[in-house]
Amino acid sequence: MGKLYTDAVAALDGVLFDGMTIMAGGFGLCGIPENAIQAILDSGVKDLTIISNNCGVDGFGLGKLLDAKRIRKMVSSYVGENKEFERQFLAGELELEFNPQGTLAERIRAGGAGIPGFYVKTGVGTVIAEGKDHRDFDGETYIMETGLTADLSIVKAWKADPQGNLIYRKTARNFNPMMASAGKVTLAEVEDIVELGELDADAIHTPGIFVQRLIKGEFEKRIEQRTTRTKEG
Amino acid sequence: MAWTREDMARRAAQEMEDGFYVNLGIGIPTLVANFIDESIDVTLQSENGMLGMGPFPYEGEEDPDLINAGKQTITELRRTSYFSSADSFAMIRGGHIDLSILGAMEVSGTGDIANWMIPGKMVKGMGGAMDLVAGVKRVVVIMDHTSKAGDPKLLKTCSLPLTGTGVVDRIITNLGVFDVTDDGLVLVELAPEVTVDDVKASTEAKFALAEGLVV
Repeated sequence: MGKLYTDAVAALDGVLFDGMTIMAGGFGLCGIPENAIQAILDSGVKDLTIISNNCGVDGFGLGKLLDAKRIRKMVSSYVGENKEFERQFLAGELELEFNPQGTLAERIRAGGAGIPGFYVKTGVGTVIAEGKDHRDFDGETYIMETGLTADLSIVKAWKADPQGNLIYRKTARNFNPMMASAGKVTLAEVEDIVELGELDADAIHTPGIFVQRLIKGEFEKRIEQRTTRTKEG
Repeated sequence: MAWTREDMARRAAQEMEDGFYVNLGIGIPTLVANFIDESIDVTLQSENGMLGMGPFPYEGEEDPDLINAGKQTITELRRTSYFSSADSFAMIRGGHIDLSILGAMEVSGTGDIANWMIPGKMVKGMGGAMDLVAGVKRVVVIMDHTSKAGDPKLLKTCSLPLTGTGVVDRIITNLGVFDVTDDGLVLVELAPEVTVDDVKASTEAKFALAEGLVV
């Protein structure tokens, strides 16, 4: 069975439904699945729970789904770059579950690895710990966190082969590998699809077993904070 | 004369030791990288998945796939490695990072820190801050001594939602440097021309004076 689809619309055919949970890779606008986000927007699907470290910016990335009011609930660690997010949340139009960034990453890793719960010291004594199981190990207190899975994961990689083996580039890796493993269906969009055997098998970040659908995407790769230095002399 | 932002960053850079792996937060802590002593070897970690963070790129050489945790374009070094967010926080939560320097809205005399939320007003999120303060070996806060309205930020008890409890080791403000000890807060350094009375007037938390403090 081939994993390769012509575009994101074709790759998401039969996968989307109202009220579903979607994991979306990326940190800020770096390494985000731009093609899948646009296809999800165009599909009209709504009442989404989105698990993603951030929620894009106004008008780009997941901000597009937010602006169109398709998101019912966000599970994130930081949403500070998005005014529309703050407006919808403070107006009570949007549910929000904050997770510490490392806890979010580990919950997704655990979900993909078949681990339903685990203990961390992150957040002990804060609102994050409220209502969670507390347990002491070697004299230190930890709280229980649960694994996360999703109906669909949309991830972005640099290169793939037709088996869905993925290689990410630089800091665009971030949440993508764990999310690829935690989706019931995972759609990977990549910049380049190479022939079998062309990727160094020792350098593959996400083995193809975690990827069910694959497309070659087109990317704007918008930069959020363009910071530079000037050449001396 | 109270310290400027650059002075505070320069002072914070002295917290680094040869061979340290260090995570710098967003804002003033980012400036600390500019003042690291060239005679010591320090590796900067960026929690979005990079060890060995380089300076900003030259104009025209920005790479959208290469950013720091503040979403700023940066560069790599010969020592650089990249990894996933799960591996990044294994380094942080697992106690492999030597030093975290971060900003705060409030710090208590017992080392509690609040820096992620103002209920009803600001909805940004904690990002990696809760993981950093829980897992990194040494936590140093850089912050202005008072809020823009002039209210103390070094408090007996934090009023804002906490990021962590009993986790801060040292606080560097524009007025001086404080250590959080088992016996409470200790003022260990004063900025030039700042008096103990100046500090007392703008500090809610009780603090002792370090032995040998030059006042």
